[in-house]
Amino acid sequence: MSKVADRIRNLPSGGHTAAVDRFARRAVERGSARVAFSAVESPIGDLTALVTPRGLLALAFETDDLDRIMESVATKVSPCIVRAPSAIGQVRSWLDSYFDGRPPPMPGLDHSLITPFQERVLAATAAIPLGEVRTYGQVASLAGNPKAARATGRALGANPIPVVLPCHRVVASDGRLHGYAGGLDRKRLLLDHERAISV
Amino acid sequence: MNLPPFQTLVDEHARSLYRFLCGMVGPVAADDCLQETLLAALRAYNGLSHDGNLRGWLFTIAHRKGIDHVRRYAKEIPSPSPPDRASPPQTVRDTDLWNRVARLPPKQRTAVTLRYLGDLPYADVASVMSISEPAARQNVRAGLASLRKDFI
Repeated sequence: MSKVADRIRNLPSGGHTAAVDRFARRAVERGSARVAFSAVESPIGDLTALVTPRGLLALAFETDDLDRIMESVATKVSPCIVRAPSAIGQVRSWLDSYFDGRPPPMPGLDHSLITPFQERVLAATAAIPLGEVRTYGQVASLAGNPKAARATGRALGANPIPVVLPCHRVVASDGRLHGYAGGLDRKRLLLDHERAISV
Repeated sequence: MNLPPFQTLVDEHARSLYRFLCGMVGPVAADDCLQETLLAALRAYNGLSHDGNLRGWLFTIAHRKGIDHVRRYAKEIPSPSPPDRASPPQTVRDTDLWNRVARLPPKQRTAVTLRYLGDLPYADVASVMSISEPAARQNVRAGLASLRKDFI
């Protein structure tokens, strides 16, 4: 390796981040970013929101494997995924209001990652009033499959849009929290928060 | 075919694409050219029929955007003043070397910047420039030789 080559390697560095930010904003404006994502701070830790022009596609906890989620979105929805804080303003304000104790109506959602059965199950959870819980069996009945409590549990566990689609309002028949993709601490925090703001 | 999320390409290659474009068109225009490169790549990404050499593909687009810029600049401003490629980014201390790279013949400059700022292997330098690999090596060698001569 010659010295001149070394000196060329050391020439410019940095400076690309501003251009990348401007690219992301333009990609969202033009609609060529089919999926945009960004982190949002929240009382239950940083969340990553993934949105499409149709609405919120997925919400990930910081404990989730974001790479795996991105790969699955690339395969199932589109690989044209871009990090763009400008695209998730609506989700950010929905979460702010929710955690401030003023839960807004359901935001626009993109159901591309949700199966038809899962859609019925999650619609049933969205019908559970704030501050209340239901059992897996009850939700299975509400979704039209009273015998499918176990499948209901799996459908809830794979909920791509937790918090917004409130799978955390489903508990075991003995009242225990049972399980949550984001961990039981988060489930408890969400349920305590909802009990507090519903009175 | 499983293409990785486009953001992965941005995270991995935006910096070296920018460095290459700085070498080609200068830092001010490089900002613009990088945006255009990424926008064009994103538009084409969904319909991409290969996932082999995504880095080479990105540099090919960047090279085209760089050439477009130089041509447009030459058309718009019919004066002998060169594009801003002679003005180094603020982060660069080696101003003298920067100016000499900018004054290399276009093919040598492109080959040298692809190789050492873009960090591309010779096979990719060749495919981006649509020349043979020996020709790519030759252009890099000639460019370095002329820079070395200036310095000693």
